[in-house]
Amino acid sequence: MTQGQVVRRLVKPAVFVGALGPLVVLLLDTAAGDLGANPVETVTHRTGFTALTLLMITLAVTPLRRMSGIGALATLRRPIGLFAFFYATLHFLTYAVDQTYLSGLGVSPAAIVEDVVERPYITVGLTAFVLLIPLAVTSTKRWIKRLGAKRWQRVHRLVYVAAILGVLHFLWLVKADLFQPLVFAAVLAVLLGARVLSKPRERRTSPPQPRGFTSA
Amino acid sequence: MLIRRPDDIPAREITREEDYWNRRRFMGAAGSLAAGAVLGLAVPGRLLARSPGLRRPGQEEELTPLEDVITYNNFYEFGTGKDDPARHAHQLRTRPWALEVDGEVHAPQTFGIEDLWRRFPPEERVYRLRCVEAWSMVIPWFGFSLKDLLDVVQPTSHARFVEFTTLVDPEQMPGQRRDILPWPYVEGLRLDEALHPLTILALGLYGKALPNQNGAPVRLVVPWKYGFKSGKSLVRIRVTREQPRTTWNVVAPREYGFYANVNPEVDHPRWSQARERRIGELRRRPTLMFNGYADQVASLYADMDLRRYY
Repeated sequence: MTQGQVVRRLVKPAVFVGALGPLVVLLLDTAAGDLGANPVETVTHRTGFTALTLLMITLAVTPLRRMSGIGALATLRRPIGLFAFFYATLHFLTYAVDQTYLSGLGVSPAAIVEDVVERPYITVGLTAFVLLIPLAVTSTKRWIKRLGAKRWQRVHRLVYVAAILGVLHFLWLVKADLFQPLVFAAVLAVLLGARVLSKPRERRTSPPQPRGFTSA
Repeated sequence: MLIRRPDDIPAREITREEDYWNRRRFMGAAGSLAAGAVLGLAVPGRLLARSPGLRRPGQEEELTPLEDVITYNNFYEFGTGKDDPARHAHQLRTRPWALEVDGEVHAPQTFGIEDLWRRFPPEERVYRLRCVEAWSMVIPWFGFSLKDLLDVVQPTSHARFVEFTTLVDPEQMPGQRRDILPWPYVEGLRLDEALHPLTILALGLYGKALPNQNGAPVRLVVPWKYGFKSGKSLVRIRVTREQPRTTWNVVAPREYGFYANVNPEVDHPRWSQARERRIGELRRRPTLMFNGYADQVASLYADMDLRRYY
């Protein structure tokens, strides 16, 4: 098999299985009534954690492609990014249901606005989610054509902002143990740093790479 | 061995634990006081002993299932995940155990854990527990008034506060191998709060000795304050002149005050305290002033600005 075939036939299916894994486990645990003493909290934490993890993996695709020279890896970027968005949506919906039907106050727009505005970690988390929406919407080939590759790429740099806000959201909500959010922060710093360092060199030396978004 | 059962009651007459804990429902169904009398005879006497005059606030609310009480814990000495204490607390050795009581007292004394059980026979106290994270439980503690112990050591006229210190031993408490909090965990109360009849030292819950993850072998329970005020696995109680430097207040003074009274009107800077999720329920419920104990404790804070002294 060529490298491209390995990526398409083995890596890609594995990525799909891996990305759907947390959802399957969540559904099984829900069906078994095994979400612990505070199920709403469990669902919130798991979907948020998975969304952030997949977002980091999305950002790791391009540096990995550059380092390995395996152009076909680029085809993984869109599906993983969309999975990240999928879990972020579940995370947001859990929050939304918690703040409305489970709030004990009924659906109170005023209370929701207050929560979003007054709690910085909510403000930041919601902003990160909202930034991901246009990226998910414009992830198709048609949108790349419509916007033009250059402009499309510029729009999709919003993912960096979303990732930074996502990590900040996590950092801001924990009580004392910053270990997990700091791991995310460190990973994100490496991923962003890799871009800053490799960009000029790539422009000088390497021929144009096949871009993943047109072939996924 | 410690919770003695009168041996003149044949085993077949002893109420099943499940029925005992559901007795309010059962009695409602039976709809007669006679049923209560029969139950009263069948249940181990000491479990029914209660201080006269103490309202039982749990009465109209369902107890949180034991399973949840022992698997969903904040006890950072064993890790910061809610399930960490249940997974790691078996490493804690609770026998032998010494509780040192000293400071501004006339008769400082060290109590072995067996001394505590013997000298201060515990009784059941059903209390709400409201965590600062906006979840809550209803727990049938098994304990005695802290006042009984303080009466033995006799605070001096200088005594104004009481400080509670949790064990430090990273060998037994893996969470202490990282500096998540400055160990040991220290909590504190004003002397009048410590002497209040609602304030107890708990030795057990659900009629049995405390599970390690709930703060074995002896912990504080102050039901009108956020849960973090109730220090666990205590090794020292020190009566002081100065206000103790309490752990969360030292770590994040803007977020956690010394008083930490449950107050739906004073939000945590990062989240609302107006409502809470009772474990076992999905829909949040309103948080009550002083966690529902206002008629008994509000007078302690009569002239205080509770927004300032949060």
